[in-house]
Amino acid sequence: MKLKQALLAGAAVVLAAGGASAQISGDVVKIGVLNDQSSLYADITGQGSVAAARLAVEDFGGTVNGKKIEIIFADHQNKPDVGSNIARQWMDRDGVDVIVDVPTSSVALALAPLIKEKNKVFVNSGAATSDLTGKACQPTTVHWTYDTIALSKGTGGAVVKAGGDTWFFLTSDYAFGHALERDTSNVVTASGGKILGQVRHPLNTSDFSSFLLQAQASKAKIIGLANAGGDTINSIKQASEFGIVAGGQKLAGLLVFVNDIHALGLQTAQGLQLTSAFYWDQNDETRAFAKRFEAVMKKKPSMIQAGVYGGVTHYLKAVKEANTDEGDKVVAQMKKMPINDFMTKNGSVREDGRVNRQMYLFEVKKPGESKGPWDYYKLVRAIPGEEAFRPLKDGGCSFVKG
Amino acid sequence: MDRGTRITFLAMVALLVAAPYVLYPVFLMKVLCFALFACAFNLLVGYVGLLSFGHAAFFGSAGYVTAYTVKMWGLPPELGILLGAVTGAALGLVIGWLAIRRQGIYFAMITLALSQIVFFYAVQAPWTGGEDGIQSVPRGHLFGVVDLQRPLGMYYTVLALFLAGFLLVYRIIHSPFGQVLKAIRENEPRTVSLGYETDRYKLLAFVLSAMLAGVAGGTKSLVFQLASLTDVQWQMSGEVVLMTLVGGLGTIFGPVVGAAVIVTMQNYLAEFGSWVTIIQGFIFVVCVLTFRRGIVGEIMGRFGPKGAAPTGGGH
Amino acid sequence: MFELLGIPPQALFGQLLIGLINGAFYAMLSLGLAVIFGLLNIINFTHGAQYMMGAFVAYLSLTHLGLAYWWALLLAPIAVGLFGILLERTMLHRLYKLDHLYGLLLTFGLALIVEGFFRNQYGSSGLPYSIPAELRGGYNLGFMFLPTYRAWVVVASVIVCFGTWFVIERTKLGAYLRAATENPTLVQAFGVNVPRMVTLTYGFGVALAAFAGVMAAPIYQVSPLMGANLIIVVFAVVVIGGMGSILGAIVTGFGLGVIEGLTKVFYPEASNTVIFVIMAIVLTIKPAGLFGRAT
Repeated sequence: MKLKQALLAGAAVVLAAGGASAQISGDVVKIGVLNDQSSLYADITGQGSVAAARLAVEDFGGTVNGKKIEIIFADHQNKPDVGSNIARQWMDRDGVDVIVDVPTSSVALALAPLIKEKNKVFVNSGAATSDLTGKACQPTTVHWTYDTIALSKGTGGAVVKAGGDTWFFLTSDYAFGHALERDTSNVVTASGGKILGQVRHPLNTSDFSSFLLQAQASKAKIIGLANAGGDTINSIKQASEFGIVAGGQKLAGLLVFVNDIHALGLQTAQGLQLTSAFYWDQNDETRAFAKRFEAVMKKKPSMIQAGVYGGVTHYLKAVKEANTDEGDKVVAQMKKMPINDFMTKNGSVREDGRVNRQMYLFEVKKPGESKGPWDYYKLVRAIPGEEAFRPLKDGGCSFVKG
Repeated sequence: MDRGTRITFLAMVALLVAAPYVLYPVFLMKVLCFALFACAFNLLVGYVGLLSFGHAAFFGSAGYVTAYTVKMWGLPPELGILLGAVTGAALGLVIGWLAIRRQGIYFAMITLALSQIVFFYAVQAPWTGGEDGIQSVPRGHLFGVVDLQRPLGMYYTVLALFLAGFLLVYRIIHSPFGQVLKAIRENEPRTVSLGYETDRYKLLAFVLSAMLAGVAGGTKSLVFQLASLTDVQWQMSGEVVLMTLVGGLGTIFGPVVGAAVIVTMQNYLAEFGSWVTIIQGFIFVVCVLTFRRGIVGEIMGRFGPKGAAPTGGGH
Repeated sequence: MFELLGIPPQALFGQLLIGLINGAFYAMLSLGLAVIFGLLNIINFTHGAQYMMGAFVAYLSLTHLGLAYWWALLLAPIAVGLFGILLERTMLHRLYKLDHLYGLLLTFGLALIVEGFFRNQYGSSGLPYSIPAELRGGYNLGFMFLPTYRAWVVVASVIVCFGTWFVIERTKLGAYLRAATENPTLVQAFGVNVPRMVTLTYGFGVALAAFAGVMAAPIYQVSPLMGANLIIVVFAVVVIGGMGSILGAIVTGFGLGVIEGLTKVFYPEASNTVIFVIMAIVLTIKPAGLFGRAT
């Protein structure tokens, strides 16, 4: 009988240990930063996002409820299959609890259901598509920084109000380009503007002069750039070369990052209006963060990188509060707590996973107004979150009630 | 099969059957899909001497068809993959018919051109979902019995498909038909003068290769539950050339080894971030400068029986 | 022909001119590829990376040495050409007797290394490079605004293309080159140092790419990936023109620029694909390309 008792006691110990470790699986909270490390979006996400995540962990104290916090990262090359392969491996084998950043809409859309299936957390900062909290929403997804709706409402609405009521689109012939064009068109027509036409160009086109001439011939007051990265940079640069802006037409960049402006130079980019969730030179707190970031990365943070800091911090707070790393419970906790950091004031995570926060409409400074490198934006207007983002009921998210 | 080949084959099977208990199954499945793709490609380049630079067209289109039919029509996985194979073969018939009359670099270029047109179609057509691709493809139940959602169920299905494809390639190159193919590779005019209609042989080989590439592509879309533009891009055609070359052109095990090496590399180099391309480029250069016969080719050349080394690939 | 699909003739004229300007880049790049293929039998996949290096030499010499555009136009081809010669001497020359495939793969690997290095060093968004002061502004042609710099691109490209064609087809040096393509042993026997000629030819082809890179820097971004996106199209241009044909590369380069320009008006989505459609058609009808000799 003694043996049996010993065995039972042993089993009880094992069970107890198992129960305790179920709180934080593997006794470590593992954060996986998955983004573009090597091509188009490497500058606005890439190692900068990893650095931002590290800063967040550092500020959090390196542990949560006594468990260590680890960060790993990888390059998804903007390919959905590469991304989902890495994510699967991370969750199945390496014990990753949360995947953050993930620019490129196609990769983000592929990952969201996968992460839900494994009951982990997806804090997306990098991707633009509003579908992440719309028809492709998942209960374990939090879309942190921005989306196509906020960009088009911010830029489109403001530009029409300022008198830019006729539009012509230069659209990247990819799903995100179409989405940007569609969302902006809706905003423009709803505010009383008119769409005169559009031209769809293939991704990674180097010469835009032909498309720009078509835009010029349309006589539209505003040329909306529904493209990204190198395509946006090249269209802005060549528009200046062909005297489009000098000829009285204005450009509206729908997806423009501070790094793009840095690459273009103010001479070319001046006067451009754009929507952003963050700019490093907004107040003392943002400047303090930018300074720490710059010490590591030798450049200012983009809004995506700043968003990674906020997202990781909020996630860790929720893990601490809920004392678990199970995906659904952590996200439920994230949705309960307000967000307050250097970039987001009194923000919240909505039921559909959308982070609600103020957005900003900026205008790019003239060369004379700038005090030096990275001094690029002046604030035109702050846009309240309720105005910037799509109303909860219009998204078509399946688990949002009534 | 001769004795050496049989022993190697059995060792490979044993290794692959045991592998998922040690290694991560999804990773292994990726290796197997690419190994099958490379075997299909090798059939053409290694044994007929035709370097196609457009095989992504078959691989990727089949992936789309399988993903679409399984997801939207609710077809069972076996039918989905079958339709993928049919797509590969049909496309192979059209592209092959246009391409086989050209040789060398022109053959490579015409296959590249046609596959770029297929890529354009994939970007434009509404049913392929643009750059988002077809996502959340259900894996379903094989023959209504085997649950493919379970990693091992899926793994052994992929393994079975791979082995069937591998043996089919082996059977083809050791058949009288395969002998004619090799004769074409060595000296086409002479083969013609012997009374063979070489174009028909080349076309059939092309279609078979495209069909197997289709099986690989369809299977991959089920494994990853995703069909995307990556698989129809010209870079994918380049990748399969690389795998075959690293493993050894015109060797039966070469493509398998090459696929394993390249996929492993991509997997483990992902942590190096932006250094990946530099390391990959370096491996390319070293391969071309020092061991052109590929891993398997070099091993056979050094340790194998005399004359066992492959003759393809410009030596 | 005019008023086609509602496009007024003036607009069409502008688009043709733009196509011609883009064709100038295709012509310069495919010319270099054709020269290299003609003599070395190497399909130089590093060409795009070398084009990118040209643009970077321009950027770096401006920011670090204070050397303006015109110096870069001279400096970049020399610097990148020397880099090419180094590659040829250390690696490429071992591959001449082998299948084309190996040269292609080696240069592809080299392109990955070079592009990866620049991306690590300078990021991926690209760097600004302004149009030189002398070439700013433009002309109002009535039907369109033609930036002075674009006009300069066409002029410079025509001069370079014609010069290259003249040297190869009409001078003694060119005759040696062409003869060495046909029968290197024989030319060697006549006392011409063929290996050195081959090395210099590669250097020259690479220098052409770098020259195009400097020309491109003020229009496009100076970015590590600028060549990677272009190389496959330029390949197609060379193949359509006929591998190794100098005249073919030039004429096809300009011609396809125009066709691509028109596609951008009538079916913009297909503007990246149209060149491949043409390649498929040409190779089906004329196996050796438009200007190539049948083998």
